Amino acid sequence: MKALAAGAGFFARRLFQALLVMLAILVIAFAVRTSLGDPLREIMGQAVPESERAELRHELGLDAPWPLQLVRYLGRAATGDLGTSIIYKRPTVEVVLAKFPASFELVLGASLIVLLLSVPGGVYAAVRPGTLGARLILGLSVLGISVPVFVTGILLITVFSVWLGWLPAFGRGETVDLGVWQTGLLTLDGLEHLLLPALTLSSIMLPLFIRLVRGAMLDELDHDYVRTARAKGAAPLRVWLVHALRNALLPLVAVGGLQVGTLIAYTLLTETVFQWPGMGFLFLEAVTRADIPLITTYLVLVGLLFVITNTIVDLVSLMLDPRISLEATP
Amino acid sequence: MRLLPILSLFTVLICGPVLAAGGKTLRMAYDADPASLDPHEQLSGATLQLSHLVFDPLVRFRKDLSLEPRLATRWEQIDERTTRFHLRDDVRFHSGRLMTAEDVAWTFNRLKQSPDFKALFEPFEAAKVIDEQTIDLVTKGPYPLVLNLATYIFPMDREFYTGTDARGAPKDAVVKHGSSFASANMSGTGPFIVTGREQGIRLELKRFDGYWDKDSPGNVDEIVLTPIKEPATRVAALLAGDVDFIGPVPPTDLNRVQSAACCDLVAIPSNRVLTFELNQKRVAAFKDPRVRRAMSYVINREASPRRSCAGKPPPPANLSPPGYAGHDPALQPPYDLAKAKALMKEAGYEDGFSATMIAPNNRYVGDARIAEAVAVMLAKINIKVDLQTLPKAQYWQRFDARDADIMMIGWQSDTQDSANFYEFLAMTPDPKTGYGQYNAGNYSNPEVDRLTLQTQTMTDPDARAEVLKKIERILYEDAALLPLQWQHLAWAARKNVKIEPVVNVIDMPYLGDLVIE
Repeated sequence: MKALAAGAGFFARRLFQALLVMLAILVIAFAVRTSLGDPLREIMGQAVPESERAELRHELGLDAPWPLQLVRYLGRAATGDLGTSIIYKRPTVEVVLAKFPASFELVLGASLIVLLLSVPGGVYAAVRPGTLGARLILGLSVLGISVPVFVTGILLITVFSVWLGWLPAFGRGETVDLGVWQTGLLTLDGLEHLLLPALTLSSIMLPLFIRLVRGAMLDELDHDYVRTARAKGAAPLRVWLVHALRNALLPLVAVGGLQVGTLIAYTLLTETVFQWPGMGFLFLEAVTRADIPLITTYLVLVGLLFVITNTIVDLVSLMLDPRISLEATP
Repeated sequence: MRLLPILSLFTVLICGPVLAAGGKTLRMAYDADPASLDPHEQLSGATLQLSHLVFDPLVRFRKDLSLEPRLATRWEQIDERTTRFHLRDDVRFHSGRLMTAEDVAWTFNRLKQSPDFKALFEPFEAAKVIDEQTIDLVTKGPYPLVLNLATYIFPMDREFYTGTDARGAPKDAVVKHGSSFASANMSGTGPFIVTGREQGIRLELKRFDGYWDKDSPGNVDEIVLTPIKEPATRVAALLAGDVDFIGPVPPTDLNRVQSAACCDLVAIPSNRVLTFELNQKRVAAFKDPRVRRAMSYVINREASPRRSCAGKPPPPANLSPPGYAGHDPALQPPYDLAKAKALMKEAGYEDGFSATMIAPNNRYVGDARIAEAVAVMLAKINIKVDLQTLPKAQYWQRFDARDADIMMIGWQSDTQDSANFYEFLAMTPDPKTGYGQYNAGNYSNPEVDRLTLQTQTMTDPDARAEVLKKIERILYEDAALLPLQWQHLAWAARKNVKIEPVVNVIDMPYLGDLVIE
């Protein structure tokens, strides 16, 4: 009973938090609205008389002061209308959500690559410190973080698409429509298209996670229980992977959850380089073309996404570590 | 038993592409796709490019800017306000209907309603249907550019666009914001039919079987248009063979594409002039023609940054590009440092002054780089430039507010005629008439105003060209603006895709005539 109440309280707090975050984002988005540019420039020809432009601006309510625009927006939002995209001419929520699967699959692909490479890499660097292999892993991972994502992307395209001709240079390839979700994961073509962007996106996370795994592993390897296990004659591999790694994963989950934000931020660049039809690409296009309603909705939805991810991270931490309780989680 | 329908579905899926594989498919990547399928919603390059695929104009420009008959086979001047067009009698819309003069008149009237197009069609009074294949365009007064504007009349299928859609909205409505029937459905007479569209991702077209132009060499059956925003990726996609045709090619990659064995590069100077305007309202010195001329003298236009010699355009001294009636080849870009210094001294500005400059950094090819180069050159006559470059979304707000001393603008004439440059960039700004809408320098010369208005009703081409050239010379002598360069157009394609015959200075590749070997 007590746990149930604690759970309900936790979710209520999170819901409240999400609303606050979205409101804060809205206030900021509306305050900077006028400096985002004039969307009418994008939808009207250059030679169109100013009077036509003023008329449409008024029609769209863009000539009102921003607090008034915000109040109007909130009024419409209460009825479920978050505005119509200027360039896509459809409800903004629909436009952004239609791009969500592509971004999600890209982030998923990148996370898988990070996981598959950072855990073995980090463990190896921890258990065999100072060896050539360990130095190579750490050295290469530094390279990954020092090269801008944009350059990594172009480099990969040049090598694997232009020179070798192995992988496609842009886009998402063939997708399968699962009703609400268009997936590129079920076709070979889709997977081929995913590889380079996912690799590019993973390159910024990889160094951090290798170091994280290595640090956590080194920490654990120092503990008495590891020595005890070794003294009892357990095989080294078993000690590393079953005993130490399991405990080392805890900080990984916590930090990993926080890094989702960074990953989303870098989807902007990655998706642009690869013409990946996801949310990040959409957002950058909305910014360059001053599609103010679309920008606003994107920010609100990403704010929501952050709160949701953090909630999931908290729940996973809870499962992994019995010492953490919902009551203590803000 | 139950498997049967599923199996037949599979056969369709498998056989579909096989049947279509007989013809050629063009995969093209460009920088931006049209926001709407409505040809009258937005006066933009993307819209007009699409119009040339799905519709046909009455007449269109050839490569040398002469006019080519399309849906109109011939035309004649009936009186000083009336031009008669004779239409083809064998043209069908994608719906199967025969096109008649009624469709042309209907399209004309819709253009007059479109917020974006109606200013262009302001000189016109009406379209009068004479018979099924004959139509008169009547202007309010004598008007020299009737044919130039006929290139904007892409007859739409009147019946297809008449009535109300599923939501009860009229199908012919031009809606600038939000969806409409015409923004998602098309029926024209053009070589291609839109078969699929995912905005921002791809646009698919297939050839129209009933296309009237049987003489066209074009052999493309299917087109897949993909926007690729990032120029480096666009080039890589071509080099990797993922697409067959790209445009535009960024200036940094011209050499790389040209030397690639797989591909051909076609680069030509466009008719868009890039120029600076000098804000006389903010800087008193700019009111002095000697200062403006000094600034023109100090800019070495040949030295403006360029990494490739491919299709290098001549540096402009005119606003009008070569081929336009007002272009005067005798005017040469001035570059004379000593003279520039002498002029500054004469005007009493030997010690120079400071000025702010703004330029966009993602609007025109090389825009920010060119602005930087000019800022450095101006320092030679002690004009200390404080340059700020901005993304286009923010740039136009600053430009509209006229809140800098030196402002960059690129301009191309919607009418393919010189007077358009003067009307928008050189005439005295007047919010009532709309003249001088982009004359951010506030340059004002009654003679230029008078002569420009005069050309609007002159129908004798030779006499009119003389007046246009006269205006061009006045602007040159006055250094009213500082023209810097004619912008580049560059496309590239795989070797078997013969793009050279179909690309043109107005940047509307006629893909209907494209040949793939």
